[in-house]
Amino acid sequence: MMKRLITPLTRVTLRSLYSTAQVQSKVVQFTEPRAPEVYKNSESSTKAIYFDLGATTPVDPRVLDRMLPLYTDMYGNPHSRTHEYGWNSEAQVEEARRHVADLIGCTSKEIVFTSGATESNNTAIKGVARFYKKKKNHIITTQTEHKCVLDSCRHLEDEGFTITYLPVKQNGLIDLDLLEQEITDKTLLVSVMAVNNEIGVLQPLKDIGQLCRKRGVLFHTDAAQAVGKIPVNVDDMCIDLLSISGHKLYGPKGIGALYVRKNKPRVRLAPIINGGGQEGGRRSGTVPSPLVVGLGEACRVAKQDLERDAKYVKELSKYMIEGFRSRLDHVILNGDEEQRYPGIVNISFAYVEGESLLMALNTVALSSGSACTSASLEPSYVLRALGVSEDLAHTSLRFGIGRFTTKKEVDYVLDKCSFEVERLREMSPLYEMVKEGIDLSEVKWEHH
Amino acid sequence: MLRQFARYSRTHLNQTNYLISNQTRTKYGETLIDHYKNPRNVGSLDKGDKNVGSAIVGAPACGDVMKFQVQFDDNGRVVDAKFKTFGCGSAIASSSVATEWVKGKTAEECLSITNNDIAQHLALPPVKKHCSLLAESAIRESVSNYKAKQAPHMMKAEN
Repeated sequence: MMKRLITPLTRVTLRSLYSTAQVQSKVVQFTEPRAPEVYKNSESSTKAIYFDLGATTPVDPRVLDRMLPLYTDMYGNPHSRTHEYGWNSEAQVEEARRHVADLIGCTSKEIVFTSGATESNNTAIKGVARFYKKKKNHIITTQTEHKCVLDSCRHLEDEGFTITYLPVKQNGLIDLDLLEQEITDKTLLVSVMAVNNEIGVLQPLKDIGQLCRKRGVLFHTDAAQAVGKIPVNVDDMCIDLLSISGHKLYGPKGIGALYVRKNKPRVRLAPIINGGGQEGGRRSGTVPSPLVVGLGEACRVAKQDLERDAKYVKELSKYMIEGFRSRLDHVILNGDEEQRYPGIVNISFAYVEGESLLMALNTVALSSGSACTSASLEPSYVLRALGVSEDLAHTSLRFGIGRFTTKKEVDYVLDKCSFEVERLREMSPLYEMVKEGIDLSEVKWEHH
Repeated sequence: MLRQFARYSRTHLNQTNYLISNQTRTKYGETLIDHYKNPRNVGSLDKGDKNVGSAIVGAPACGDVMKFQVQFDDNGRVVDAKFKTFGCGSAIASSSVATEWVKGKTAEECLSITNNDIAQHLALPPVKKHCSLLAESAIRESVSNYKAKQAPHMMKAEN
């Protein structure tokens, strides 16, 4: 009877871990994914509901099961050539590489494992730029890219490159005619992210790729948020370099991959991490076999479940946006309505500040484009690039919907968020002024 | 009895621990959270009343706008204060504290409230100091608005 006092809270997921003893190198078929049952009913549970899937995703139980033997049993260094620990590890890594390659439609030899999408972006941009420096020195990117791309470009400016930061239209998409105008014969690389991590807008990859191929320019895309969620084929879309992030597709953190095209055209790059010449001389360092196997399994699972996940997320996202629009007024969806990945929903609730709304929604894990939540007091640069006015940028919230989100959670968020927005609007002088019919853009605000 | 204790510990003890850690995780003190969750004196007073001083400070572009109103009685003491804020949790709490503190004070005493007092009372983190500054300037602006309304009356009385 005394034993019953201590009941492990996560018995459901632990059971699956203890059951895998010796995993052979052949693929094990698992059953349908179980949503992480860490919380049952939102009000009485102890943990917040996770809606921040744009920041990171939980590890799929199938991925975790696949990774564990590499920590407990097959822990050899995959580059050790003299014993079975190394050979087994290497076999696992090569199988994972094949899975990653299958997901984006390329060959194994074109995949380089890195520590994440940030490193992949750095390698793609700086590595390619430094290799071809003598012939071409112009790079084109957009203003809504991830910070690692923008910062790499800024550093390349110090090395003598010219960078063009293309503006985006109000819906977040780039203007293809403008891109065509900016391409010169000195242009080396065009870097445009596939799905934006803040607003979820999907860029026209195929059109950009074909344009670049026609003009002889390399095309790199940061597909961290896109891979495994929308169909991506590097041959179809004429992509030469592509970054993948492990923890955005239900895999482990600390691992990513870079696709580097091998033929038509062959892309060469100068490695930014030097050492023993692993990964075909493109990225030195011991390949972290457990993480790589996790990424491989996440890619295999994503390919298998891609259609089903995409349909599920699209329905749920549409339900959520319509739910907000029917319960509240002055609700603005940031980014194009049609050309988007439905799993990232960035909504501005006018006249209510983002951080105060986040504090009110303390049982939901979310992020905001507001200044108060960032370390500096500046609102999100992506929203500013869209031309969203500063006061609206302070009011935006980013919701993430994914494989494990349930309709019950979305219903809870809809109800709670609508209630809190109404409560905060009662407290807001801006809402009061709007109700009185004052046009806020005409008001002369005093700055302090 | 042991079974009941097991059930109690599983649900309640874990829950309270997590609730406490939820509060501390936001790195805001209890006073601040209290003022944010139960803000005092939200609302509006009559702008046209000559005993009411109103002010709107801040700008939506900065993410902080406070509307602050104080009502004085005929003896020159604050009898009521109301606020409305568009801003983060710290801004809402700062203005809520400001409305509490001005009550019962004369115009001169109101001007002696500084942003440091508000920041210390709420234990504001350094990055949020500007919210208390805005609350202080809201108090000052509304008091000077009240004085400006009173001044023409005083001149008429002198004449």
